[in-house]
Amino acid sequence: MLSVALTLALAMVALALALSLWRLMRGPSTPDRILALDTLYINTIALLVLFGIRQQSQIYFEAALLIALMGFIGTLALCKYLLRGDIIE
Amino acid sequence: MNPLIEALLALLVLLGAAFTLVGSVGLVRLPDFLSRLHAPTKSTTLGVGSLLIASGVYFSQGDTLSLHELLVTLFLFITAPVSAHLLARAALHLGLPTRAAPPAVGEPRDGVRS
Repeated sequence: MLSVALTLALAMVALALALSLWRLMRGPSTPDRILALDTLYINTIALLVLFGIRQQSQIYFEAALLIALMGFIGTLALCKYLLRGDIIE
Repeated sequence: MNPLIEALLALLVLLGAAFTLVGSVGLVRLPDFLSRLHAPTKSTTLGVGSLLIASGVYFSQGDTLSLHELLVTLFLFITAPVSAHLLARAALHLGLPTRAAPPAVGEPRDGVRS
């Protein structure tokens, strides 16, 4: 039962990734693209967690934690750039 | 594995994936940026939180307790509102078009005389 649910959930998260990728390419404005990147990294964390359960390995959490950290910093830097025209003042 | 725990895990995993999918569908379908902003920032946080709970339950079976997931969940719950706030401020700064303009200050609404 769990393996079927995992396969289904992996497919759904992959579809979510594809949809946010569409928004990333389509735009139309820069904040839209930043928001798409933000959604993309959160969906990647979901994908990694599901994959970790499927492979019965805890090593994927380190990757998920790193992606969460770096993704947040990336979103912050991009927003700061839009707001001020500069990242480090 | 205990069938009850397995059913709970399957439910949590499917719920989390469904929330993630709904967030991305909202990102694609909603009409303007400010409404697009709140689809993924809320529902994906909830979806990933649910998936992380499922993962915590899965790896906590037997006599080991797995708490890595709590770290990721806590981090996401703290950072998601911050990035959403900054994105909204960036959008307001750029003056992105919204579908319905808010009523001007001091001006009566349609058909309402005050």
